[in-house]
Amino acid sequence: MNTTPAGTVFEVFRQERKGQPFQHAGSVLAPDLRFAEIYAREQYGRRQESNALWLVQRDAIDEVSDFPDEFDLKYRRVDGYSIKARLKEARERAGTHES
Amino acid sequence: MEAEQLDARTAEFLAYVQDGGLVEVHDWMPDEYRARLRKFVEMHANSELMGVLPERDWILRAPTLQRKLALTAKIQDEVGHAQLLYRVVADLGKPRSACFDDLLAGRSKFHNVFHYPTRTWGDVGVIAWLVDAAAIVSQKALLKCSYAPYARIMKKICWEESFHILHGRDVVLALVTGTPAQFELVQEALDRWWAPLMQFHGTPIPADDDPMVRWRIKSQGNEAARQEFLDGYVPQILELGLELHDSKLRKRDDGVWEYTEPDWDELMSVVSGHGPASQERLDFRRRSRAEIEWIGQTVLAEAA
Repeated sequence: MNTTPAGTVFEVFRQERKGQPFQHAGSVLAPDLRFAEIYAREQYGRRQESNALWLVQRDAIDEVSDFPDEFDLKYRRVDGYSIKARLKEARERAGTHES
Repeated sequence: MEAEQLDARTAEFLAYVQDGGLVEVHDWMPDEYRARLRKFVEMHANSELMGVLPERDWILRAPTLQRKLALTAKIQDEVGHAQLLYRVVADLGKPRSACFDDLLAGRSKFHNVFHYPTRTWGDVGVIAWLVDAAAIVSQKALLKCSYAPYARIMKKICWEESFHILHGRDVVLALVTGTPAQFELVQEALDRWWAPLMQFHGTPIPADDDPMVRWRIKSQGNEAARQEFLDGYVPQILELGLELHDSKLRKRDDGVWEYTEPDWDELMSVVSGHGPASQERLDFRRRSRAEIEWIGQTVLAEAA
């Protein structure tokens, strides 16, 4: 489906300003990379709205989208730490607790 | 169609999109969702493509070099929108060539406003200002579409449409501040376009009954879109000294606009290919498709 008689699908990623992340913008259907570049320039760069574009053949993208968490690994995240009560106790012991 | 009659997977999908969930190109989707979405985006793409023809007629007749350049740029934008949208449709399973086949054979539709002729430069101004304004009301609501690839494309389209509205408003302002004859060009064009503009957002089916709203392909009902258009643009039209010839048009105390019932039979007739310029425009597309066929073949052969 990504390479058809009418060409190959290239995904276009766009960086709006230098230093910003590249974000997916859309795709172009082109016979080859040279044409993909011309189409992408016309579609995503003709008003100086982009600092740079990345063109990637759709088939070259390997998507990973399943992130199971069978072991509830929340100690790796900020929501795994509830320090409010302990902090209060520590402050009270130190006599720095503001009531 | 009640939720309990749906199979479990479809019901789960429906609940997901109704809850604000977004769908990507490779995600599973129910056949009905895919079919409705594809038909909707295809009509949008067709409208962008056919919508440049009324303006194309005026590139060589535009009054100044600046206006010719601006109009050409707008036309390039709109054709670009069509290309982006046909990509979305292709990813939903229908290649662009098949969309062209159906469009040119009259099997698929495009928006009512692109079935009418552009008689004067006043029409060009009114189209760029008010037709684009009506379109952007619908398009802004599509930024929240449950199908994320479409919503992302709409972001770019809305950004470019905002230039078009300004360009149209500038054309209209130049005419209404010109000679009485120039002012009259705008008034006449407005008189011609008001009925199609009032039909543009479609019959006022309640949002709850609209399957497009239920699947969260659209986030706004037809009447809500028309009300937003009236609320935003009637004051802008009247402040220029232009007149709207609808004796029932008024804003009630509760903020709702009343107006003469649009001619829905005309809308149905026009979008099914019986508008004053429908066949002429489709003929043009048929000719140009045949004329440029060799380019696609050459390009593909070269790349192979």
